[in-house]
Amino acid sequence: MYTPPFDIAAVRRDFPILQLPIEQPVAFLDSASSSQKPEAVIAAQAAFYRTTNANVHRGVYQLSEQATYEFERARSRVALFINAHSAREVIFTRNTTESINLVAHSWGGTNLRPGDVILISQMEHHSNIVPWQLLAQRTGAVLRAIPINGSGRLDLDTIDTLLQGVKLVAVTHVSNVLGTINPISFLAQKAHSVGALILVDGAQSVPHMPTDVQAMDIDFLAFSGHKMLAPTGVGVLWGRKALLDAMPPFLGGGSMIKTVTIEASTYADVPARFEAGTPMIGEAIALGHAIDYLTGIGMANIAAYEEILGQYLLDQLAEVPGVTVYGPPIGPERAAMASFTVDCAHPHDVAQVLDSEGVAVRAGHHCTQPLHVALDVPSTARASCYLYNTTDDIDRLVVGLRKVTKLFA
Amino acid sequence: MSDMYRDLILEHHRYPHNYGTLDPHDVSQEEHNPLCGDRIRLDLRIVDGKIAEVAFSGKGCAVSQAAASMLTDELIGMELDAARAYNKADILELIGLPLDKNPVRLKCALLSLKAMKVGLYRYLGQQLDAEELD
Repeated sequence: MYTPPFDIAAVRRDFPILQLPIEQPVAFLDSASSSQKPEAVIAAQAAFYRTTNANVHRGVYQLSEQATYEFERARSRVALFINAHSAREVIFTRNTTESINLVAHSWGGTNLRPGDVILISQMEHHSNIVPWQLLAQRTGAVLRAIPINGSGRLDLDTIDTLLQGVKLVAVTHVSNVLGTINPISFLAQKAHSVGALILVDGAQSVPHMPTDVQAMDIDFLAFSGHKMLAPTGVGVLWGRKALLDAMPPFLGGGSMIKTVTIEASTYADVPARFEAGTPMIGEAIALGHAIDYLTGIGMANIAAYEEILGQYLLDQLAEVPGVTVYGPPIGPERAAMASFTVDCAHPHDVAQVLDSEGVAVRAGHHCTQPLHVALDVPSTARASCYLYNTTDDIDRLVVGLRKVTKLFA
Repeated sequence: MSDMYRDLILEHHRYPHNYGTLDPHDVSQEEHNPLCGDRIRLDLRIVDGKIAEVAFSGKGCAVSQAAASMLTDELIGMELDAARAYNKADILELIGLPLDKNPVRLKCALLSLKAMKVGLYRYLGQQLDAEELD
Protein backbone atom coordinates (compact mmCIF):
# COMPACT_ATOMS: atom_id res chain seq x y z
CA MET A 1 0.00 0.00 0.00
CA TYR A 2 1.43 3.34 -1.10
CA THR A 3 1.64 6.05 1.55
CA PRO A 4 1.73 9.56 0.14
CA PRO A 5 4.44 11.84 1.58
CA PHE A 6 1.79 14.25 2.92
CA ASP A 7 -1.79 14.13 4.16
CA ILE A 8 -3.88 14.33 0.97
CA ALA A 9 -7.18 14.38 2.83
CA ALA A 10 -6.02 17.39 4.84
CA VAL A 11 -4.81 19.12 1.69
CA ARG A 12 -8.18 18.55 0.01
CA ARG A 13 -9.96 20.10 2.97
CA ASP A 14 -7.89 23.26 2.40
CA PHE A 15 -9.51 23.81 -1.00
CA PRO A 16 -13.08 25.12 -0.66
CA ILE A 17 -13.99 24.38 -4.28
CA LEU A 18 -13.18 20.68 -3.90
CA GLN A 19 -15.97 20.42 -1.31
CA LEU A 20 -18.60 21.66 -3.78
CA PRO A 21 -21.19 20.65 -4.65
CA ILE A 22 -21.81 18.43 -1.65
CA GLU A 23 -23.58 15.61 -3.55
CA GLN A 24 -20.87 15.15 -6.16
CA PRO A 25 -17.64 17.09 -5.57
CA VAL A 26 -15.80 17.85 -8.79
CA ALA A 27 -12.99 15.57 -9.90
CA PHE A 28 -10.84 18.48 -11.00
CA LEU A 29 -8.36 17.27 -13.60
CA ASP A 30 -7.55 20.56 -15.31
CA SER A 31 -4.87 22.08 -13.10
CA ALA A 32 -2.49 22.40 -16.07
CA SER A 33 -4.89 25.07 -17.27
CA SER A 34 -5.38 26.76 -13.90
CA SER A 35 -5.13 25.35 -10.40
CA GLN A 36 -7.62 25.63 -7.56
CA LYS A 37 -6.84 27.90 -4.61
CA PRO A 38 -6.48 26.95 -0.95
CA GLU A 39 -8.30 28.87 1.78
CA ALA A 40 -4.97 30.30 3.00
CA VAL A 41 -4.42 32.05 -0.35
CA ILE A 42 -8.01 33.26 -0.69
CA ALA A 43 -7.89 34.57 2.87
CA ALA A 44 -4.52 36.27 2.37
CA GLN A 45 -5.80 38.20 -0.63
CA ALA A 46 -9.01 39.16 1.16
CA ALA A 47 -7.04 40.17 4.25
CA PHE A 48 -4.90 42.49 2.17
CA TYR A 49 -7.97 44.32 0.88
CA ARG A 50 -9.56 44.34 4.35
CA THR A 51 -6.60 45.50 6.38
CA THR A 52 -3.63 46.67 4.32
CA ASN A 53 -4.90 48.01 1.00
CA ALA A 54 -2.96 50.95 -0.40
CA ASN A 55 -0.70 51.57 -3.36
CA VAL A 56 2.92 50.45 -3.14
CA HIS A 57 6.15 52.43 -3.42
CA ARG A 58 4.29 55.73 -3.10
CA GLY A 59 2.73 56.68 0.19
CA VAL A 60 4.62 57.70 3.30
CA TYR A 61 1.66 56.69 5.43
CA GLN A 62 1.48 53.50 7.37
CA LEU A 63 -0.92 51.54 5.11
CA SER A 64 1.19 52.13 2.03
CA GLU A 65 4.34 51.19 3.88
CA GLN A 66 2.70 47.99 5.08
CA ALA A 67 1.43 47.18 1.56
CA THR A 68 4.89 47.81 0.13
CA TYR A 69 6.47 45.63 2.79
CA GLU A 70 4.15 42.71 2.03
CA PHE A 71 4.49 43.13 -1.73
CA GLU A 72 8.27 43.07 -1.49
CA ARG A 73 8.16 40.16 0.94
CA ALA A 74 6.23 38.23 -1.74
CA ARG A 75 9.03 39.03 -4.18
CA SER A 76 11.55 37.60 -1.72
CA ARG A 77 9.46 34.46 -1.31
CA VAL A 78 9.45 33.95 -5.08
CA ALA A 79 13.21 34.47 -5.22
CA LEU A 80 13.80 31.88 -2.51
CA PHE A 81 11.35 29.44 -4.14
CA ILE A 82 13.31 29.33 -7.41
CA ASN A 83 16.73 29.88 -5.80
CA ALA A 84 17.37 33.22 -7.45
CA HIS A 85 20.51 35.12 -6.45
CA SER A 86 18.42 38.05 -5.33
CA ALA A 87 14.86 39.29 -5.12
CA ARG A 88 15.89 42.04 -7.54
CA GLU A 89 15.93 39.42 -10.27
CA VAL A 90 12.20 38.79 -9.80
CA ILE A 91 9.81 40.86 -11.93
CA PHE A 92 6.09 40.64 -11.34
CA THR A 93 4.09 40.37 -14.57
CA ARG A 94 0.53 39.33 -15.34
CA ASN A 95 1.45 35.78 -16.38
CA THR A 96 3.90 33.59 -18.31
CA THR A 97 2.77 35.11 -21.60
CA GLU A 98 3.57 38.64 -20.47
CA SER A 99 6.92 37.51 -19.06
CA ILE A 100 7.93 36.03 -22.42
CA ASN A 101 6.69 39.11 -24.29
CA LEU A 102 8.77 41.28 -21.96
CA VAL A 103 11.96 39.42 -22.89
CA ALA A 104 11.03 39.38 -26.59
CA HIS A 105 10.47 43.14 -26.67
CA SER A 106 13.19 44.31 -24.34
CA TRP A 107 16.05 41.86 -24.76
CA GLY A 108 15.09 40.70 -28.26
CA GLY A 109 14.47 44.16 -29.66
CA THR A 110 17.92 45.28 -28.49
CA ASN A 111 20.04 42.24 -29.18
CA LEU A 112 18.79 40.55 -32.34
CA ARG A 113 19.99 41.37 -35.83
CA PRO A 114 18.64 40.17 -39.20
CA GLY A 115 19.52 36.50 -39.67
CA ASP A 116 19.97 35.77 -35.96
CA VAL A 117 18.14 32.60 -34.95
CA ILE A 118 15.66 32.05 -32.12
CA LEU A 119 15.38 28.34 -31.38
CA ILE A 120 12.10 27.09 -29.93
CA SER A 121 10.56 23.61 -30.13
CA GLN A 122 7.65 21.87 -31.79
CA MET A 123 5.98 21.33 -28.39
CA GLU A 124 5.77 24.97 -27.32
CA HIS A 125 2.62 26.66 -26.08
CA HIS A 126 1.53 29.50 -28.38
CA SER A 127 2.81 31.91 -25.71
CA ASN A 128 6.33 30.71 -26.45
CA ILE A 129 5.88 30.86 -30.23
CA VAL A 130 3.93 33.96 -31.19
CA PRO A 131 6.04 36.55 -29.27
CA TRP A 132 9.12 35.23 -31.11
CA GLN A 133 7.34 35.36 -34.47
CA LEU A 134 6.42 38.98 -33.82
CA LEU A 135 10.01 39.68 -32.77
CA ALA A 136 11.35 37.96 -35.90
CA GLN A 137 9.08 40.12 -38.05
CA ARG A 138 10.35 43.27 -36.33
CA THR A 139 14.04 42.42 -36.39
CA GLY A 140 14.57 40.12 -39.37
CA ALA A 141 15.57 37.32 -37.03
CA VAL A 142 14.68 33.74 -37.94
CA LEU A 143 12.57 31.29 -35.93
CA ARG A 144 13.60 27.63 -35.89
CA ALA A 145 12.07 24.70 -33.97
CA ILE A 146 13.54 21.56 -32.42
CA PRO A 147 11.35 18.69 -33.73
CA ILE A 148 9.87 16.01 -31.50
CA ASN A 149 10.39 12.28 -31.92
CA GLY A 150 7.87 9.45 -31.95
CA SER A 151 7.84 9.12 -28.18
CA GLY A 152 6.97 12.77 -27.63
CA ARG A 153 10.40 13.95 -26.57
CA LEU A 154 12.61 16.61 -28.14
CA ASP A 155 14.64 15.12 -30.97
CA LEU A 156 18.09 16.25 -29.90
CA ASP A 157 20.09 14.17 -32.42
CA THR A 158 20.73 17.24 -34.56
CA ILE A 159 20.86 19.83 -31.77
CA ASP A 160 24.35 21.01 -32.74
CA THR A 161 23.18 21.77 -36.29
CA LEU A 162 20.00 23.40 -35.02
CA LEU A 163 22.05 25.66 -32.76
CA GLN A 164 23.95 27.30 -35.63
CA GLY A 165 23.39 31.04 -35.58
CA VAL A 166 21.19 30.82 -32.48
CA LYS A 167 21.13 33.80 -30.11
CA LEU A 168 18.29 32.59 -27.88
CA VAL A 169 16.86 29.19 -27.02
CA ALA A 170 13.27 29.45 -25.71
CA VAL A 171 11.84 26.11 -24.59
CA THR A 172 9.30 24.77 -22.19
CA HIS A 173 10.44 22.80 -19.16
CA VAL A 174 7.31 20.62 -19.22
CA SER A 175 5.02 20.20 -22.23
CA ASN A 176 1.46 21.23 -21.37
CA VAL A 177 0.12 18.49 -23.66
CA LEU A 178 2.58 15.60 -23.70
CA GLY A 179 3.74 15.96 -20.12
CA THR A 180 7.31 15.58 -21.37
CA ILE A 181 9.90 16.92 -18.93
CA ASN A 182 12.68 18.40 -21.03
CA PRO A 183 16.41 18.22 -20.16
CA ILE A 184 16.82 21.90 -19.35
CA SER A 185 20.33 21.72 -17.88
CA PHE A 186 21.55 19.98 -21.03
CA LEU A 187 19.86 22.55 -23.28
CA ALA A 188 21.28 25.40 -21.18
CA GLN A 189 24.78 24.02 -21.53
CA LYS A 190 24.28 23.56 -25.29
CA ALA A 191 22.88 27.08 -25.69
CA HIS A 192 25.73 28.64 -23.75
CA SER A 193 28.29 26.66 -25.75
CA VAL A 194 27.32 28.67 -28.84
CA GLY A 195 27.03 31.95 -26.92
CA ALA A 196 23.23 31.89 -26.86
CA LEU A 197 20.95 32.59 -23.91
CA ILE A 198 18.19 30.27 -22.75
CA LEU A 199 14.68 31.23 -21.65
CA VAL A 200 12.61 28.54 -19.95
CA ASP A 201 8.82 28.46 -19.96
CA GLY A 202 8.21 27.19 -16.45
CA ALA A 203 4.42 27.45 -16.48
CA GLN A 204 4.01 23.67 -16.12
CA SER A 205 7.13 22.92 -14.10
CA VAL A 206 7.43 25.53 -11.33
CA PRO A 207 4.06 24.55 -9.75
CA HIS A 208 4.96 20.86 -9.67
CA MET A 209 8.65 20.32 -8.86
CA PRO A 210 11.57 21.96 -7.10
CA THR A 211 12.99 24.78 -9.24
CA ASP A 212 16.58 25.98 -9.04
CA VAL A 213 17.49 28.55 -11.66
CA GLN A 214 21.14 28.48 -10.60
CA ALA A 215 21.45 24.69 -10.77
CA MET A 216 19.76 24.62 -14.20
CA ASP A 217 22.11 27.45 -15.24
CA ILE A 218 19.43 29.24 -17.24
CA ASP A 219 19.07 32.93 -18.13
CA PHE A 220 15.33 33.64 -17.99
CA LEU A 221 12.41 31.80 -16.38
CA ALA A 222 8.75 32.66 -16.98
CA PHE A 223 5.84 31.28 -14.95
CA SER A 224 2.27 32.04 -13.83
CA GLY A 225 0.85 32.32 -10.33
CA HIS A 226 -2.57 30.96 -11.19
CA LYS A 227 -1.23 27.50 -12.03
CA MET A 228 0.42 27.26 -8.59
CA LEU A 229 -2.47 27.99 -6.21
CA ALA A 230 -2.28 31.79 -6.55
CA PRO A 231 -4.88 34.11 -8.09
CA THR A 232 -4.96 34.98 -11.78
CA GLY A 233 -3.27 38.22 -12.78
CA VAL A 234 0.17 37.62 -11.30
CA GLY A 235 3.10 35.96 -13.00
CA VAL A 236 6.86 36.12 -12.78
CA LEU A 237 9.80 36.79 -15.00
CA TRP A 238 13.09 35.84 -13.44
CA GLY A 239 16.26 36.88 -15.24
CA ARG A 240 19.96 37.08 -14.46
CA LYS A 241 20.60 40.44 -12.87
CA ALA A 242 23.33 41.45 -15.34
CA LEU A 243 21.00 40.74 -18.28
CA LEU A 244 18.06 42.59 -16.74
CA ASP A 245 20.30 45.56 -15.87
CA ALA A 246 21.26 45.93 -19.53
CA MET A 247 17.70 45.68 -20.88
CA PRO A 248 15.60 48.72 -21.86
CA PRO A 249 12.06 49.15 -20.47
CA PHE A 250 9.13 47.15 -21.86
CA LEU A 251 6.12 49.26 -20.84
CA GLY A 252 6.50 52.91 -19.93
CA GLY A 253 4.66 54.76 -17.18
CA GLY A 254 4.67 55.41 -13.49
CA SER A 255 6.98 53.52 -11.10
CA MET A 256 9.50 52.60 -13.78
CA ILE A 257 11.27 55.96 -13.97
CA LYS A 258 13.94 57.93 -12.10
CA THR A 259 13.33 61.33 -13.68
CA VAL A 260 10.88 62.55 -16.30
CA THR A 261 10.94 65.75 -18.32
CA ILE A 262 8.77 66.50 -21.33
CA GLU A 263 11.76 65.69 -23.54
CA ALA A 264 13.14 62.51 -22.00
CA SER A 265 13.22 60.18 -19.01
CA THR A 266 15.68 58.08 -17.12
CA TYR A 267 14.61 54.70 -15.89
CA ALA A 268 14.48 53.00 -12.54
CA ASP A 269 16.71 50.08 -11.63
CA VAL A 270 15.37 46.54 -11.99
CA PRO A 271 12.92 45.21 -11.07
CA ALA A 272 10.98 48.52 -10.95
CA ARG A 273 12.10 49.34 -14.50
CA PHE A 274 9.89 46.52 -15.74
CA GLU A 275 6.89 47.16 -13.50
CA ALA A 276 5.18 50.17 -15.01
CA GLY A 277 1.97 51.35 -13.35
CA THR A 278 0.28 50.10 -10.22
CA PRO A 279 1.04 46.37 -10.01
CA MET A 280 -1.21 43.46 -8.97
CA ILE A 281 -0.50 44.04 -5.28
CA GLY A 282 -3.05 41.76 -3.61
CA GLU A 283 -2.41 39.01 -6.15
CA ALA A 284 1.37 39.15 -5.69
CA ILE A 285 0.96 38.98 -1.92
CA ALA A 286 -1.36 36.01 -2.37
CA LEU A 287 1.28 34.37 -4.59
CA GLY A 288 3.67 34.68 -1.68
CA HIS A 289 1.17 32.80 0.49
CA ALA A 290 0.68 30.16 -2.22
CA ILE A 291 4.44 29.62 -2.16
CA ASP A 292 4.32 29.29 1.63
CA TYR A 293 1.60 26.65 1.24
CA LEU A 294 3.57 24.72 -1.38
CA THR A 295 6.84 24.86 0.54
CA GLY A 296 4.97 23.82 3.69
CA ILE A 297 4.16 20.55 1.94
CA GLY A 298 7.48 20.43 0.14
CA MET A 299 8.01 20.60 -3.61
CA ALA A 300 9.95 17.33 -3.61
CA ASN A 301 7.01 15.67 -1.83
CA ILE A 302 4.58 17.11 -4.35
CA ALA A 303 6.74 15.90 -7.25
CA ALA A 304 7.03 12.43 -5.72
CA TYR A 305 3.28 12.15 -5.18
CA GLU A 306 2.49 13.43 -8.68
CA GLU A 307 4.82 10.85 -10.18
CA ILE A 308 2.72 8.13 -8.56
CA LEU A 309 -0.51 9.80 -9.72
CA GLY A 310 0.84 10.19 -13.24
CA GLN A 311 1.74 6.53 -13.48
CA TYR A 312 -1.67 5.53 -12.15
CA LEU A 313 -3.33 7.83 -14.70
CA LEU A 314 -1.44 6.27 -17.61
CA ASP A 315 -2.00 2.74 -16.30
CA GLN A 316 -5.74 3.31 -16.00
CA LEU A 317 -6.12 5.01 -19.40
CA ALA A 318 -4.33 2.06 -21.01
CA GLU A 319 -7.17 -0.15 -19.75
CA VAL A 320 -9.91 1.76 -21.59
CA PRO A 321 -10.52 0.38 -25.10
CA GLY A 322 -10.33 2.98 -27.86
CA VAL A 323 -8.29 5.48 -25.86
CA THR A 324 -5.01 6.68 -27.37
CA VAL A 325 -2.60 8.58 -25.09
CA TYR A 326 0.01 10.93 -26.55
CA GLY A 327 3.42 11.67 -25.13
CA PRO A 328 6.20 9.61 -23.58
CA PRO A 329 5.41 6.18 -22.13
CA ILE A 330 5.08 5.61 -18.42
CA GLY A 331 8.33 6.35 -16.66
CA PRO A 332 10.42 9.18 -15.27
CA GLU A 333 10.70 12.56 -16.96
CA ARG A 334 6.95 12.66 -17.48
CA ALA A 335 4.54 14.96 -15.67
CA ALA A 336 1.22 13.84 -14.14
CA MET A 337 -0.97 14.60 -17.12
CA ALA A 338 -2.26 12.76 -20.15
CA SER A 339 -3.62 14.08 -23.43
CA PHE A 340 -5.70 11.51 -25.23
CA THR A 341 -8.27 10.84 -27.90
CA VAL A 342 -11.16 8.37 -27.89
CA ASP A 343 -11.73 6.47 -31.15
CA CYS A 344 -15.45 7.03 -31.40
CA ALA A 345 -15.86 10.54 -30.01
CA HIS A 346 -14.50 14.04 -30.56
CA PRO A 347 -12.56 15.47 -27.59
CA HIS A 348 -15.26 18.11 -27.02
CA ASP A 349 -17.88 15.40 -26.72
CA VAL A 350 -15.59 13.44 -24.42
CA ALA A 351 -15.13 16.46 -22.14
CA GLN A 352 -18.85 17.23 -22.18
CA VAL A 353 -19.86 13.73 -21.15
CA LEU A 354 -17.15 13.70 -18.47
CA ASP A 355 -18.47 17.04 -17.20
CA SER A 356 -21.90 15.51 -16.73
CA GLU A 357 -20.14 12.95 -14.50
CA GLY A 358 -18.51 15.71 -12.46
CA VAL A 359 -15.10 15.20 -14.06
CA ALA A 360 -13.40 18.37 -15.32
CA VAL A 361 -10.89 17.90 -18.16
CA ARG A 362 -9.84 20.22 -20.95
CA ALA A 363 -10.51 19.58 -24.63
CA GLY A 364 -9.04 21.36 -27.63
CA HIS A 365 -5.57 22.08 -28.92
CA HIS A 366 -4.41 23.49 -25.56
CA CYS A 367 -2.74 26.44 -27.33
CA THR A 368 -0.35 24.09 -29.12
CA GLN A 369 -1.49 23.94 -32.74
CA PRO A 370 1.98 23.14 -34.18
CA LEU A 371 2.28 20.23 -31.75
CA HIS A 372 -1.13 18.88 -32.75
CA VAL A 373 -0.06 19.07 -36.41
CA ALA A 374 2.96 16.94 -35.48
CA LEU A 375 0.71 14.52 -33.59
CA ASP A 376 -1.66 14.53 -36.59
CA VAL A 377 -4.81 15.10 -34.52
CA PRO A 378 -6.88 18.31 -34.56
CA SER A 379 -7.47 18.24 -30.83
CA THR A 380 -7.18 16.12 -27.71
CA ALA A 381 -8.72 15.81 -24.27
CA ARG A 382 -6.35 16.36 -21.37
CA ALA A 383 -6.46 15.21 -17.77
CA SER A 384 -3.88 16.88 -15.52
CA CYS A 385 -3.18 16.33 -11.83
CA TYR A 386 -1.98 18.41 -8.93
CA LEU A 387 -1.24 17.84 -5.26
CA TYR A 388 -4.93 17.70 -4.31
CA ASN A 389 -5.90 14.97 -6.78
CA THR A 390 -6.31 11.36 -5.77
CA THR A 391 -6.55 8.02 -7.53
CA ASP A 392 -10.29 8.35 -6.88
CA ASP A 393 -10.41 11.32 -9.29
CA ILE A 394 -8.70 9.18 -11.92
CA ASP A 395 -11.08 6.28 -11.27
CA ARG A 396 -13.99 8.64 -11.89
CA LEU A 397 -12.33 9.75 -15.15
CA VAL A 398 -12.14 6.13 -16.27
CA VAL A 399 -15.79 5.46 -15.35
CA GLY A 400 -16.73 8.55 -17.38
CA LEU A 401 -14.66 7.40 -20.35
CA ARG A 402 -16.41 4.05 -20.33
CA LYS A 403 -19.70 5.96 -20.54
CA VAL A 404 -18.32 7.92 -23.50
CA THR A 405 -17.42 4.78 -25.40
CA LYS A 406 -20.82 3.26 -24.61
CA LEU A 407 -22.68 6.38 -25.77
CA PHE A 408 -20.79 6.99 -29.00
CA ALA A 409 -19.75 3.49 -30.07
CA MET B 1 -25.67 14.41 -20.47
CA SER B 2 -29.13 13.33 -21.50
CA ASP B 3 -29.77 17.00 -22.34
CA MET B 4 -26.64 17.36 -24.41
CA TYR B 5 -26.65 14.06 -26.19
CA ARG B 6 -30.29 13.46 -26.92
CA ASP B 7 -30.94 10.53 -29.19
CA LEU B 8 -31.61 12.92 -32.06
CA ILE B 9 -28.14 14.48 -31.81
CA LEU B 10 -26.47 11.09 -31.63
CA GLU B 11 -28.60 9.82 -34.52
CA HIS B 12 -27.62 12.74 -36.78
CA HIS B 13 -24.00 12.36 -35.68
CA ARG B 14 -23.97 8.67 -36.59
CA TYR B 15 -26.04 8.94 -39.75
CA PRO B 16 -25.72 12.51 -41.03
CA HIS B 17 -28.25 13.71 -43.61
CA ASN B 18 -27.09 15.25 -46.91
CA TYR B 19 -23.48 14.32 -46.25
CA GLY B 20 -21.09 14.88 -49.15
CA THR B 21 -20.28 17.58 -51.69
CA LEU B 22 -22.11 19.08 -54.68
CA ASP B 23 -20.43 19.48 -58.05
CA PRO B 24 -21.28 21.81 -59.64
CA HIS B 25 -22.43 24.14 -56.91
CA ASP B 26 -23.33 27.81 -56.59
CA VAL B 27 -22.01 28.13 -53.06
CA SER B 28 -19.23 26.19 -51.37
CA GLN B 29 -18.02 27.51 -48.06
CA GLU B 30 -15.72 25.96 -45.50
CA GLU B 31 -15.52 27.22 -41.93
CA HIS B 32 -13.50 25.93 -39.08
CA ASN B 33 -13.33 26.41 -35.36
CA PRO B 34 -9.69 26.80 -34.36
CA LEU B 35 -10.54 26.00 -30.73
CA CYS B 36 -11.35 22.38 -31.40
CA GLY B 37 -10.48 21.74 -35.03
CA ASP B 38 -14.11 21.31 -36.13
CA ARG B 39 -14.49 21.74 -39.87
CA ILE B 40 -17.67 22.14 -41.92
CA ARG B 41 -17.93 22.55 -45.68
CA LEU B 42 -21.39 23.50 -46.92
CA ASP B 43 -22.34 23.33 -50.63
CA LEU B 44 -25.52 24.85 -52.04
CA ARG B 45 -27.18 24.71 -55.45
CA ILE B 46 -29.50 27.65 -55.99
CA VAL B 47 -32.40 27.64 -58.46
CA ASP B 48 -34.86 30.50 -58.89
CA GLY B 49 -34.01 32.23 -55.65
CA LYS B 50 -34.33 29.04 -53.64
CA ILE B 51 -31.89 26.56 -52.19
CA ALA B 52 -32.46 23.54 -54.39
CA GLU B 53 -29.78 21.20 -53.07
CA VAL B 54 -27.53 21.11 -50.01
CA ALA B 55 -24.62 18.98 -48.94
CA PHE B 56 -22.20 19.22 -46.05
CA SER B 57 -18.97 17.51 -45.21
CA GLY B 58 -16.46 17.87 -42.46
CA LYS B 59 -15.12 16.54 -39.23
CA GLY B 60 -15.77 17.49 -35.67
CA CYS B 61 -17.73 16.96 -32.52
CA ALA B 62 -21.22 15.49 -32.34
CA VAL B 63 -22.78 18.90 -31.78
CA SER B 64 -21.20 20.56 -34.84
CA GLN B 65 -21.89 17.61 -37.13
CA ALA B 66 -25.45 16.98 -35.94
CA ALA B 67 -26.31 20.68 -36.16
CA ALA B 68 -24.99 20.76 -39.73
CA SER B 69 -26.99 17.68 -40.63
CA MET B 70 -30.20 19.14 -39.19
CA LEU B 71 -29.56 22.52 -40.83
CA THR B 72 -29.23 20.93 -44.27
CA ASP B 73 -32.68 19.37 -43.88
CA GLU B 74 -34.08 22.80 -43.05
CA LEU B 75 -32.38 24.56 -45.95
CA ILE B 76 -33.68 22.40 -48.77
CA GLY B 77 -36.32 24.40 -50.63
CA MET B 78 -35.78 27.53 -48.53
CA GLU B 79 -36.07 31.00 -50.13
CA LEU B 80 -32.76 32.90 -50.07
CA ASP B 81 -34.36 35.70 -48.04
CA ALA B 82 -35.46 33.17 -45.43
CA ALA B 83 -31.97 31.64 -45.40
CA ARG B 84 -30.50 35.11 -44.89
CA ALA B 85 -32.81 35.66 -41.94
CA TYR B 86 -32.12 32.23 -40.40
CA ASN B 87 -30.28 32.89 -37.14
CA LYS B 88 -28.73 31.60 -33.94
CA ALA B 89 -32.08 31.26 -32.16
CA ASP B 90 -33.40 29.15 -35.03
CA ILE B 91 -30.44 26.76 -34.82
CA LEU B 92 -30.74 26.41 -31.05
CA GLU B 93 -34.43 25.65 -31.38
CA LEU B 94 -33.71 23.21 -34.19
CA ILE B 95 -31.14 21.19 -32.28
CA GLY B 96 -32.90 21.65 -28.95
CA LEU B 97 -29.78 22.21 -26.85
CA PRO B 98 -29.51 24.72 -24.00
CA LEU B 99 -26.21 26.23 -25.08
CA ASP B 100 -26.81 29.83 -24.01
CA LYS B 101 -24.44 29.49 -21.08
CA ASN B 102 -21.94 27.36 -22.91
CA PRO B 103 -20.05 29.66 -25.29
CA VAL B 104 -17.55 27.00 -26.30
CA ARG B 105 -20.15 24.52 -27.49
CA LEU B 106 -22.28 27.31 -28.94
CA LYS B 107 -19.48 27.86 -31.48
CA CYS B 108 -19.75 24.19 -32.47
CA ALA B 109 -23.51 24.45 -32.94
CA LEU B 110 -23.24 27.61 -35.05
CA LEU B 111 -20.39 26.53 -37.34
CA SER B 112 -22.64 25.30 -40.17
CA LEU B 113 -24.82 28.41 -39.89
CA LYS B 114 -21.70 30.52 -40.26
CA ALA B 115 -20.68 28.58 -43.38
CA MET B 116 -24.15 29.08 -44.83
CA LYS B 117 -24.18 32.80 -44.09
CA VAL B 118 -20.67 33.53 -45.36
CA GLY B 119 -21.24 31.48 -48.50
CA LEU B 120 -24.66 32.92 -49.18
CA TYR B 121 -23.56 36.53 -48.77
CA ARG B 122 -20.63 35.95 -51.09
CA TYR B 123 -23.05 34.45 -53.61
CA LEU B 124 -25.38 37.44 -53.27
CA GLY B 125 -22.43 39.79 -53.73
CA GLN B 126 -21.44 37.99 -56.91
CA GLN B 127 -25.03 38.26 -58.14
CA LEU B 128 -24.89 42.04 -57.59
CA ASP B 129 -21.66 42.23 -59.59
CA ALA B 130 -23.26 40.23 -62.38
CA GLU B 131 -26.30 42.54 -62.45
CA GLU B 132 -24.01 45.57 -62.75
CA LEU B 133 -22.42 44.12 -65.85
CA ASP B 134 -25.76 43.34 -67.49
